[in-house]
Amino acid sequence: MSLSFLSRSLKTKPLFSRQRREGLVLGWGLGLGLGSFFTLGFMKNASAADAPVEHMMTSGRLRSMQEMLGGIQGTVVNERQLQHAGIKLHLSILADNGNSVPLGVSVDSPMTPEDHVRDIYLLSQRNPVLVMAHLHLGPWNARAELNTRVRLAGTQKVVALARTNTDRWLVDSADIIVTESACVDASN
Amino acid sequence: MNARLIWPQKIVSGDVVKVRLLIQHPMETGYLQDMTGHLIPRNIIQWVSCVYDAQEVLRVETSSGIAANPFFEFYVRATVTGLMVVKWLDDDGQAGEFRQLMSVQD
Repeated sequence: MSLSFLSRSLKTKPLFSRQRREGLVLGWGLGLGLGSFFTLGFMKNASAADAPVEHMMTSGRLRSMQEMLGGIQGTVVNERQLQHAGIKLHLSILADNGNSVPLGVSVDSPMTPEDHVRDIYLLSQRNPVLVMAHLHLGPWNARAELNTRVRLAGTQKVVALARTNTDRWLVDSADIIVTESACVDASN
Repeated sequence: MNARLIWPQKIVSGDVVKVRLLIQHPMETGYLQDMTGHLIPRNIIQWVSCVYDAQEVLRVETSSGIAANPFFEFYVRATVTGLMVVKWLDDDGQAGEFRQLMSVQD
């Protein structure tokens, strides 16, 4: 078989002729259609089996600031009482995985028996549970600084709220983009 | 159940010590399913308490918003050599306890 013959055959009969292309498209279309029909049917069956399970999760909706402050058990926070200074929430801008996000809070406080931070609340705008942690501090801590790791159900605002013994409320918030929510996993 | 407490090797009385606490716990939220599609029951730590020198130096009321294997880093003023006792309780009713001696030089 000479090269010239090959080129001639290619010229007269291209590998992807119009007919062949149409045939391919048809085949792909059929395959996709059938495939999706079966997978969708299967998924529908799977979700029907799960239907009796009552999902308690109510995340997905973003809480307003008032809602967040009003949702803390046992305390009443007046938004006008809040000071937006003297507290810093350390949180990265982006988290690849919401399952474990490093979070830090530092409050400017002398931490003396006369003037110290008593409570720190970590609030989430989107998590099914509003208060991620309620930490109790006192003058024995000497420094009002904390670090922990939290779970986040998606992109949201995180709020750190501190209460001093003199009943001053300090607040700071940070926005974070969460690529993968902590409330979904591979089994879903 | 297990925990770890980490602080600097050399502590002089009056120092403000950075204490790192790590507790081994799955912190199951109750929202996730296992591979067979059944919900994994919730099992989270309800509270953690650290006592040093007869004083509760840190108390945390945790929720499902705290990551698995809870980690807390906080500060405490070291005064005398004494035990740091960490206690916690989870939804299963399992109580955990971990103690470590903090040796403080004068």
